[in-house]
Amino acid sequence: MIATLSASSTTVVLVGAVFLASAVEMVEALTIVLAVGYVRGWKSALEGVGLALLALATLVGAFGPALVHVPLSALRIVVGSILLIFGMQWLRKAMLRSSGRKAKHDEDAIYRATVAELEALGESARRDQVAFVVAFKGVFLEGMEIVITVLTLGTSAHRLALAVIVSAIAVVVVGVVGLIVAKQLSNVPENAMKMTVGVMLVSYGTFWTGEGLHVHWPGGDTALLALVVLYGLVAGVTVRVLRVAYDVAQDMALE
Amino acid sequence: MSDSRSLPLRLVKAFGRFWWDFLVGDTPEITVAVVIIVGAVALVADVIHVNVLAYVALPVLVIVTLALSMRVAAKPR
Repeated sequence: MIATLSASSTTVVLVGAVFLASAVEMVEALTIVLAVGYVRGWKSALEGVGLALLALATLVGAFGPALVHVPLSALRIVVGSILLIFGMQWLRKAMLRSSGRKAKHDEDAIYRATVAELEALGESARRDQVAFVVAFKGVFLEGMEIVITVLTLGTSAHRLALAVIVSAIAVVVVGVVGLIVAKQLSNVPENAMKMTVGVMLVSYGTFWTGEGLHVHWPGGDTALLALVVLYGLVAGVTVRVLRVAYDVAQDMALE
Repeated sequence: MSDSRSLPLRLVKAFGRFWWDFLVGDTPEITVAVVIIVGAVALVADVIHVNVLAYVALPVLVIVTLALSMRVAAKPR
């Protein structure tokens, strides 16, 4: 019973973290591709997307199986540390945005900025190199974050295939929905998703770093869920406290 | 100005820059803190063998790091 609960808790956190992280990065990549496609034409934009996807698939194919052969303790320390750094960066940014200390990620503004930048570059004959490069870079850089999340979480949990499938589903779902509601990606609650992913990545990072360092967690794998609850509470309380302090400071500035 | 460096060199540089931005970026305090946390917990768990201290210290140090990093970010520049 406890073993089943432990296994299902790690699977739930793995699936949730991979799905949300992949969805958030896909929203960012799609914003860039839609802007490029509408302004400079779809042919070169889609060629850039295709090459980026090929490069990402090659990286997963090359490093995925290789990572499985790295000694588990060493892999978990490295992966745990990367997840801790990555997760804390996400969580910090999401908390700053939620508390009003930092401007929220605005997909509409990014779309408008990309369009303005591309229109300023003027027309191009034959293959549109600008469209190709911008689409490639957008998909490759956002995709790299998905690849790193999938490889680190998937290999350390010994569920690489599951992580790849969940990530692919997230990318397809966001892709299809994004194309249907094109130009309305700003409606996606990106900051809340980023906060959730941050909590999950930091929880996983803490858990795997501990496992790699031979820490015996009380309750085994269920400790992962306790970490998610702990970090979720800390994030929620921090945002509330900062929000109140920010509002008080704003009121005082107005008086 | 055209870039006269060879393609492999540019690729290595771009690869290095990607990882630097990814792991350090504008939050070097987090990267440094994670290295210190791993070292401290390794010492507690593997050298002095106090498991309870190790599993309590790990999340506490992570929360302290987040708080310090938020403090750095919230400071008026």
